[in-house]
Amino acid sequence: MGPATAAGPRAVDPSAVDLSTRLGTLVLPDPVLTASGCAAAGRELAPFVDLTAIGGVVTKSIMLEPRSGRPTPRMAETPSGMLNSIGLQGPGIEAFVAKDLHWLREHGVRTIVSIAGGTVQEYQKLAQRLRHEPGIGAIEVNISCPNVESRGQVFACDPFSAAQVVEVVRRHTAPGTPVLAKLSPDVTDIVAIARSVREAGADGVSMINTLLGMVIDPDTMRPVLGGMTGGLSGPAIRPVAVRAVWQVHAAFPDLPILGMGGIRTGRDAFEFLLAGASAVSVGTVVFHDPHALARISAELRELLAARGITRLADVVGLGHTMQARHVAAQATRRAAQEEALA
Amino acid sequence: MAPVQVTAEVVGLRRVGAYHHLTMLAPGIPEATRAGHFVALAVGGEGSGMLLRRAFSIHRVTPGGAGTVEIVFATHGQGTRWLADRRRGDKLDVIGPLGRPFTLPKEPVACVLVAGGYGAAPLFMLSQALRARGCRVDMVLGAASEDRLFGVLEARRTSASVTVTTDDGSSGIRGRVTDPLPEIIRAAGADVVYACGPMAMLAAVAAAAADQGAHSQCAVEEAMACGIGVCMTCVLPVRGADGVTRMVRSCTDGPVFRGSEVRWADVGSVPPDTLGAPVAGGH
Repeated sequence: MGPATAAGPRAVDPSAVDLSTRLGTLVLPDPVLTASGCAAAGRELAPFVDLTAIGGVVTKSIMLEPRSGRPTPRMAETPSGMLNSIGLQGPGIEAFVAKDLHWLREHGVRTIVSIAGGTVQEYQKLAQRLRHEPGIGAIEVNISCPNVESRGQVFACDPFSAAQVVEVVRRHTAPGTPVLAKLSPDVTDIVAIARSVREAGADGVSMINTLLGMVIDPDTMRPVLGGMTGGLSGPAIRPVAVRAVWQVHAAFPDLPILGMGGIRTGRDAFEFLLAGASAVSVGTVVFHDPHALARISAELRELLAARGITRLADVVGLGHTMQARHVAAQATRRAAQEEALA
Repeated sequence: MAPVQVTAEVVGLRRVGAYHHLTMLAPGIPEATRAGHFVALAVGGEGSGMLLRRAFSIHRVTPGGAGTVEIVFATHGQGTRWLADRRRGDKLDVIGPLGRPFTLPKEPVACVLVAGGYGAAPLFMLSQALRARGCRVDMVLGAASEDRLFGVLEARRTSASVTVTTDDGSSGIRGRVTDPLPEIIRAAGADVVYACGPMAMLAAVAAAAADQGAHSQCAVEEAMACGIGVCMTCVLPVRGADGVTRMVRSCTDGPVFRGSEVRWADVGSVPPDTLGAPVAGGH
């Protein structure tokens, strides 16, 4: 079905809607995944949602060595969102592979492994370590980490460093396994970063990571978070994320996007698809509702059915088409008006 | 037993001193609940701008039929104020039972239960379970002032002795729970001290118990965002059986910890010898 029917009123049966989608070569029967850092290793969510039914689990970013993370307080609630300052706490790659990845594989969960490092070399070692591990659907490269070798500048904020990391991970990852670069919105031009990682071999991008923020306690008169600054997430950042996805899709329509940022409902997920995302991650809202992934998927199915859309793939980036059509129609109307007045 | 997420219904909400005592029908939760478990509630209603769940230790459960769960809370902010405004029949999104409950002694030993403020809430289920095993139970209830004590009457009805302390002397002994505690442990010949309350109180109770050669189990009140182990915000430094300190989640590894394993003085920081702690020049 073409976009022409997307806005049509002919509702279809929800069970007739095909929600399957792709991120590069990774085929997903459902477009809703967890977001890195918001579902731990995945198994913690198992009591609340069927992990084999959702699109997949994006694991909490794993580093080479065990890591304690930052001191508490690690979070602060903000209007329709939260700040977090966890500091990539994790068990290190060996324990992750032995325990967490093993569990996900045993339970048949589609898994995207998120990796993080402080140097290009660390990313390379992580990719090499994971290369021959079965059961990895894709690698998500968390490049929102300070580059130890470049005065702590965040990889994601520099097109060159971002590309270096992605190039190395792509080179050391099995050819059939997509590599997604996770982009930070805290940049002047996110399209420039997307271009850079795309040219470095990224098979897709995940966007957006959190925005850097701070909360000061008026009683203690100092920052609330132990780490002082933290990442802002939740519905508060959704418009920023939709804008970023829109811009990158407009520049590179063929670049698969895993969209995220404050998705709470099927309607929110639909917004990301219209902007150009092929699949979505649900993060902070899982803290509020651990059942959210299944609910959002069901709501999205209903919403597509109500619009007579039978294939999710047909709406990826449709917002751009609709906008172009709207602009063209306006121009036609204006021309007709001018002609009438002439 | 895996926790469940249910739509609960408020069947009672009343003021108790400075606190609120909420009773809700929460099918599926009571049967699996043990003393020390907690529930995590969504606040603000559908579409709420408050995304983080509020965790409350379970005060009491009544299994059977629809099954009720009771919690006791103080209004600290917008979320708990919203909760205090609920009416009979209102719906609540509740997850529970969560966390690791108190461990019960195998032998009928003497136990002292210590609480600060509404930290007393989970101790009555515990007392009941202990007494059912033939344990002697003495209680120490402390608070800033009389209106912030919880459960004194019930404690008197069910315990071998009850000692009350208040910071301002408005009820019982003026001072902290840890002032009379060593003598109470000695007099009862207690082997185990159970405690729930603010972190500073727990630290002092754990130290007092250790001084008297008693074990301690402390239920911490650490701020949580999810309650189910996915957000990693509620961590504290805990020394494991292997001697290694790790930042562990108080929601899934706690909220009850052995007093001797928590590095109380380091709560709120990452001790340098923690597994994976930042090293100079690294991270």
